[in-house]
Amino acid sequence: MEDEEYTGGIEKKIIYVNRRAPHGTVYALESLETVLIGAAFDQDVTMLFLDDGVFQLKKDQAPEALEFKNFSKTYRALEMYDVEKLFVEQESLAERGLAQDDLVVDVELVARKDVGALINDQDVVLSF
Amino acid sequence: MKFAILVNEGPYQHQASDSAYQFSVAALEAGHEISRVFFYHDGVNNGSRLTTPPQDDRHIQKRWSALAADKGVDLVLCVAACQRRGLVDEGEMKRNGKDASNIAEGFRISGLGQLIEAGIESDRLITFGD
Repeated sequence: MEDEEYTGGIEKKIIYVNRRAPHGTVYALESLETVLIGAAFDQDVTMLFLDDGVFQLKKDQAPEALEFKNFSKTYRALEMYDVEKLFVEQESLAERGLAQDDLVVDVELVARKDVGALINDQDVVLSF
Repeated sequence: MKFAILVNEGPYQHQASDSAYQFSVAALEAGHEISRVFFYHDGVNNGSRLTTPPQDDRHIQKRWSALAADKGVDLVLCVAACQRRGLVDEGEMKRNGKDASNIAEGFRISGLGQLIEAGIESDRLITFGD
C-alpha cells in the first residue's frame, strides 16, 4: 500500500520543515520516512533544516548506544530519490557551533531572514 | 474549497484533535469539502474503538466516526504509527498474528502516501498539533 504510484498529473512544491534533534522524539525519523514515501509522487520537494533540526545532518552520530536506529546515512541517499534541494538555516548552524563540513550531505545555506520567503513559495508545508 | 486535515496528536492530552474536528465541522457547514483526515504520530490513538471517556466528557473517537458516517469524510490512520502504538484493524491482526483488533468504525489504516496524495489533491492541507 505504500508503493502506490501517483498518476494524478499534479505537481506541487512540497517543503519538509525539520526543527528537532534527530533523537529524543520520533519526528526526524518520521520526516525522512514521509520524504522517501512521498518520492513516488514525483513532486517538487524541498527539505529545510533549522533550529535543532540541523543536528539531523551531523556527521558521526552514534545512536546505536541508545538502541536507536542510525538513519543519518539515509540523508545521503536522498539524491537517488530526486530530493536534491536541501536547505539549512545559516544562523541555526552557527549558533550550534557547526559548519557545512560537519554535515553528511551538501546543503544550501539560507539566511534566517529569507526562510519565510522560502516557505511562502511552497504549495504544501509539512512540519516535523 | 477542498481541505485535507492532518492530526498529529492523540485525544484528550492536546486540543489538536478537538480543533481539527471543530474546523472540519465548520468547513463542511460553510459548504467546503474535507477530502481526507490523516492521523499521524500519536494522532492514530484517535481511532481506537476501545476509548471510554467519562460520560460527561466529549467522545472524541465517536465524534470522528460520526463525521465519517454522516458526511462521508475519509479518516485514515498511518499504518506505521499504528503498528508502533498497538492500533490494529482486522487485516493487520491477521498479518501480524495478533489476538484482537481495535479500529473504530469509519477509520481505515493506510500508508503515508495517503497524506502526500491529500496534500497534492486538496487546495489546502491544514495541520493540527506539532
